[in-house]
Amino acid sequence: MEVTQTWYLVLSAMLFSVGLVGLLIRNNPLVMFMCVELMLNASNLSFVAFSGVYNDIAGQTAVFFVLVVAAAEVVVGLSIVVALMRIRPAATADDLTALKG
Amino acid sequence: MVEAAWLIPTLPLAGFIFLVLFGRKLGEPGAGWVATLASAGAFVATLVTFGGLLSVEGPERFHVQTLFTWIQSGSFSVDAGLLIDPLSITMSLFITGVGTLIHLYSIGYMHGDAGFARFFAYLNLFITSMLILVLGDNLLLTFLGWEGVGACSYLLISFWFTDPANATAGKKAFVTNRVGDFGFMLAMFVIFSELSSIRYTDIITRSGEIGTTAATVAVALFLLAAAGKSAQLPLFVWLPDAMAGPTPVSALIHAATMVTSGVFLLTRLNPVLAQAETWSLGLVAWVGALTALFAATIAVAQTDIKRVLAYSTVSQLGYLFLAVGVGGYVAAIFHMVTHAFFKALLFLGSGSVIHGLNDEQDMRRMGGLYKLMPVTGFTFIVGWLAIAGVPPFAGFWSKDEILLYAWNADGIGGKGLWAVGLVTALLTAFYMTRQVILTFFGRSRFHDVTAPELDEALENIAAANRQAVIDAEAARDKAVVAAEKASGDLVKRNEALDKAKSKVEAATVDVARSDDADEGHAKLVKALDRATQAVTKASDALVKANNAVDAAKELVVEANAAVEQAQRDADNSGNAINVTVPHYVTAVTAAPDVAEVEQHLPASYRERKEYHPHESPWTMTVPLIILAAAAALGGVLNLPFNHDLHFLGNWLAPSLFGHEAELTASAGTKWLLAVVAITVGGVAIAAAFNLYVKGRGKPASVEKRILADAWKVDQSYASFFGGPGRALFNLASAFDRKVVDGAVRVSASAVNIAGRAMKSTQPGFVRSYAWLVALGTAAVLVWFLGRLLA
Repeated sequence: MEVTQTWYLVLSAMLFSVGLVGLLIRNNPLVMFMCVELMLNASNLSFVAFSGVYNDIAGQTAVFFVLVVAAAEVVVGLSIVVALMRIRPAATADDLTALKG
Repeated sequence: MVEAAWLIPTLPLAGFIFLVLFGRKLGEPGAGWVATLASAGAFVATLVTFGGLLSVEGPERFHVQTLFTWIQSGSFSVDAGLLIDPLSITMSLFITGVGTLIHLYSIGYMHGDAGFARFFAYLNLFITSMLILVLGDNLLLTFLGWEGVGACSYLLISFWFTDPANATAGKKAFVTNRVGDFGFMLAMFVIFSELSSIRYTDIITRSGEIGTTAATVAVALFLLAAAGKSAQLPLFVWLPDAMAGPTPVSALIHAATMVTSGVFLLTRLNPVLAQAETWSLGLVAWVGALTALFAATIAVAQTDIKRVLAYSTVSQLGYLFLAVGVGGYVAAIFHMVTHAFFKALLFLGSGSVIHGLNDEQDMRRMGGLYKLMPVTGFTFIVGWLAIAGVPPFAGFWSKDEILLYAWNADGIGGKGLWAVGLVTALLTAFYMTRQVILTFFGRSRFHDVTAPELDEALENIAAANRQAVIDAEAARDKAVVAAEKASGDLVKRNEALDKAKSKVEAATVDVARSDDADEGHAKLVKALDRATQAVTKASDALVKANNAVDAAKELVVEANAAVEQAQRDADNSGNAINVTVPHYVTAVTAAPDVAEVEQHLPASYRERKEYHPHESPWTMTVPLIILAAAAALGGVLNLPFNHDLHFLGNWLAPSLFGHEAELTASAGTKWLLAVVAITVGGVAIAAAFNLYVKGRGKPASVEKRILADAWKVDQSYASFFGGPGRALFNLASAFDRKVVDGAVRVSASAVNIAGRAMKSTQPGFVRSYAWLVALGTAAVLVWFLGRLLA
């Protein structure tokens, strides 16, 4: 059975759904963070897949941007999570409501 | 040579910065010398530039030196540039020249003042601002200088700011000037809207593009600006109060330079004036003429030596406006220069007098100072001759020129202007003669008793009399008490006698009853004897008590008489002491005799007796001598006899572009007008001489109360702005608070209310945000799919 582009897109959709569900139902900030990464990489996968479909390098270029932004986001996000954990080691995402309106 | 121009405003600016940083360390007199050198350097730079202009032909004497671009905004661009032409260099020459002399003078005048370095820093800043004003190559730069001199004027009027009166005078000057500045700004907008430029070069070369209406409006607004800065009706009220500042400031800023900037501005803008309707020029001339007359009448009745000069300055500035209004620009600048010489001289002379008299400014307390202060006196007299229009002193030539142009003016009531100018000249000669006589001649009244001192002495005497009455009354009360006591004694003695008598009677009865042989008989007889003796004693005591009562009554009578006498003395003392402070003019011959009350006079009187008026130090007299020479010979600048002697006129011609009015009067008329002016001046001097030296006539008949109060203009302003004016201000303030601030507050609270409403959508739960994003994305996706399938 040949692995077509559709398979990649299906995989991408599945990964994205896993990430989204994880983000919505888990309460641990670190896990939620990993779910966000999962969603980002799922979209990266579809970028690459479409790049193949249309034979267009722009899709792969976009992936580079996403990777760079994700890396930066990891740096900032992880530092925030670590700093939060230092202050309140047992905090869940629902406990962190300092920005409540 | 002309390239040296940038140094002219820069040197005093450097002096200012240096003095701000190091002035305190430098102290006295170092700071004064630094400032004087900075100003003198600017004078030299001006001379060099002047030489540069002289070396080229007339029409080429117009040079713009651009230093840098100051403001660049779209098509609007303003350079910091200097316009070097005969007009600006003439102004710079006398600003730096007279300014340097006044710096030198101030070293002596400000001797011992705590703010010595601060004073000189301000003076240098003032010179800088004034030079920027006259040298600026566009209206905005002139405006910068305009505001700069205003700020310096404020700082220097309230230089001794610990006295609230000085601080108030400074504020008054500043606020009154703001009214004029408002006119300047609006006029600048008018010019910009017409020409899209505020450069003088554009205004001059393209003045034809300004519409007649716009030019008229601009002239009216510039007149408002000039009336504020040059103290014309109705904005003159700040200048007399500005005399609260140190005298060199009065001379430099409020007589010689800053107040002439209004006239400079109008002269600089002569192409715009030429474009405006004739009536606006008439307005300028009539404002000037009426101010000249109005201020001259007030000067007649002033008694403060500096206030006379202040009103005189207002009056002479009116002359300058009159000259500008009738197109006599050269005459205006000529009189401005000569006025700078002689008014600076007069102010510095009055400063020297004030300095020598231990800060006395009241002319009623001067007199006879010529012998004590010969240099000041002599130079002051030169100034007087110059301002009174006595030929061949400078003032005569310049004033005559203005009167001639007024006579010559067409269509704006020239003859009327001339008549007003002539009456002003008469009053000027009169009040200046009065001032010279009261200050330098007649009897020295400095040591005379003053009215308040005399009042105090009389009050002391009255108090002593009242004390005498109180003492006499106390003595009388004591005598009365003694008399009462003596009367009481008398009653007691009477009773004692009665008792003794009744005892005798009883004893006699006892003796009669008893038997002779009885043993008790002898005893009873003895008792009777004793009783009889007691009666005798009591009678004696009674007689004595009677005498005592008589004596006490006599004492009471005497004490009563003493009280009456003391009361009479007290009542009479006011009439008995025949010492009054005579009217200062009648005091010319005799001092008030104070022998009767001398020991009751307050300490201030004795202290003044110890003080002797003296001539001022050389740093003060040298500027006086130089200015006196300039005031005497200044007429040479512009002699009317033939065209080649018209030095100033020929020199200024390139700055006037032929807008100078043409004289049509014949030579005969000119001579006639000159003779009339001289005669009028002579009559005024003779009248003042008669009144104040010969003592013929009553000075009170000219020194009216209403004149001394300056026609009550100040009071009227105060009562208007305090009454109906205040209601208006309150209304404006209420509008600001309710409507303007209200609009701001309503929009702020609208945002606040909206924020409260949205608050519930922000619970702070990250996952609920994530849900919202996911649902939103899903909705967008569904919508896209719907469109795709449809």
